[in-house]
Amino acid sequence: MPFIPHTDDDIREMLGRIGANTVDQLFDEIPAALHCGNLGLPPALTEMETTRLMETRARQDEPYLNFIGAGAYEHHIPAAVWQIAGRGEFYTAYTPYQAEASQGTLQTLYEFQTMIAALTAMDVSNASLYDGASALAEAVLMAVRAHKQARRVLLPATVHPFWRQTVQNIVKHQHIELVTLPYDPSGGHTSLEELAAYAGDSFAALVIPQPNFFGRLEAVDELTDWAHRQGMAVIAAVNPVALGLLKPPGEWGEQGADITVGEGQPLGAPLASGGPYFGFMGCKQALVRQMPGRLAGRTVDAEGREGFTLTLQAREQHIRRGKATSNICTNQGLMVTAATIHMALLGPNGIARTAAACHDNTRRLMAKLATVPGIRPVFTQPFFHEAVFASDIPAADLLRALAAQGILGGFSLGDAYPELENAILVCATETKTEADLDQYAEQLERIVSRRSQGPACTRLKPTADSKW
Amino acid sequence: MTIPTDRRYSKTHEWAKLEADGNIAVGLTHHAQDMLGDMVFVEPPATGRQLAAGEECGVVESVKSASDLYAPVSGAVVAVNDEVENTPEQINQNPYSAWIFKIKPDNPTEWDNLLDAGAYQTLADSEAH
Repeated sequence: MPFIPHTDDDIREMLGRIGANTVDQLFDEIPAALHCGNLGLPPALTEMETTRLMETRARQDEPYLNFIGAGAYEHHIPAAVWQIAGRGEFYTAYTPYQAEASQGTLQTLYEFQTMIAALTAMDVSNASLYDGASALAEAVLMAVRAHKQARRVLLPATVHPFWRQTVQNIVKHQHIELVTLPYDPSGGHTSLEELAAYAGDSFAALVIPQPNFFGRLEAVDELTDWAHRQGMAVIAAVNPVALGLLKPPGEWGEQGADITVGEGQPLGAPLASGGPYFGFMGCKQALVRQMPGRLAGRTVDAEGREGFTLTLQAREQHIRRGKATSNICTNQGLMVTAATIHMALLGPNGIARTAAACHDNTRRLMAKLATVPGIRPVFTQPFFHEAVFASDIPAADLLRALAAQGILGGFSLGDAYPELENAILVCATETKTEADLDQYAEQLERIVSRRSQGPACTRLKPTADSKW
Repeated sequence: MTIPTDRRYSKTHEWAKLEADGNIAVGLTHHAQDMLGDMVFVEPPATGRQLAAGEECGVVESVKSASDLYAPVSGAVVAVNDEVENTPEQINQNPYSAWIFKIKPDNPTEWDNLLDAGAYQTLADSEAH
């Protein structure tokens, strides 16, 4: 069977039938200025050449010891996770259109939702969204719909900068204004002192990241209660692994967060060129009709037998069209299947132990780095599994020098936070050993000391054929 | 079911009943609830909200569909029926007594633009199949 379904003859015949000369003619109504033109792609490769190219590329990844987190985290994934998720019954797990014919898929989604609801202490969870960033955007839209009056949302500067960009891109055309909350420059958390300036009833919601982008813990109870006193909804943006140690959003403050979202990647998805990942979302019962996406429910059929069904669908786009709650209907079925297996294998204790090991490793890494002359820990608020340090060396130079030694040393913060020039966000998950942490500290010390001695470090400048 | 003659109707299948105090109660017709199926959720407009005639002002949701509610006349929302909000199946069981919200009308002449029972019967019959 050919991989390209239409032969030249097929295309000619189809064009002839509709009276067009060329395929391009079908797109005439798009102005020429909007055509992408030549994409500059190289000539097609054979399967053998492609395999060879990919193997070469893949080898470039292998020697690195990774200390970058910043939204995507390296965790141990038990071999059973993808062995099971890769079974044919699961592997094509797109949201089914003839949903109830796929009882196994629906049960998997139902189990996933149950686990997420338990992890976050939310009343309900949906069957997942695309990723954490778009899940946050959906939560903002949801809070504005529920509030009905205010169209402004407080978004702390401590939320992942890429997430903030994504939210802005998604909500700006709906006339929703995002107002950035400043962070405390010494603690690295959202400043409670400055909240008073945003009091009143003109905001629909406050977003609270936990931990925040700097790895620091926010004062979630105080922030939640403050927001509720102002009539705002609270949107929690959490790391699911951190919830193994930290109080779940449903228990924040007196009433708990109203909506919880997060990036699901740490639950069984590998670091693979940025995706696919998945977003999760839970909320209080009162908001369930504002929640986008699929929800699998458990029910009984006409004969009283237990079964699973997609529920609360009446406001989705295939029924409500342009008036749908959201245009996000789909979920990330395969990643969710892996996450469900991952969570089932780890269990609550396994997640708690993973979280504790991550925290412990990052704590020990920071203690080691703090002894390196020229390295300054930044921020004082307690952290989960990421922290920030700075030096007098440009972050890009430092990271390049570490990479030359096989270490991915962290995420440079200067681009997103100009005031944090030369600052680096590091993460040590449970995958790192004591020897790994020592190796990082030793290489950093060597680089910083050579650099402070003068020009020897220029030897580390990349040349045109350097791989780093 | 016979269509009550003590009230008027919109083309979007709301009934409107002029009450003794001059307010207008609004609900869904038997025909509408029959087309939508078992009601599971009602989202009425907020009390105090000012509505224009024909404005989308709420949602009713059944097991198979979600449908907008429209204001039959202009005016402010003066009451919302909590009972129907809590037990939406009342709309299926007694559509003509399950009012959803009440409007204090701005303009009495708009009442005359609504359909009487006979005209609504014709509309419902034309949509029935």
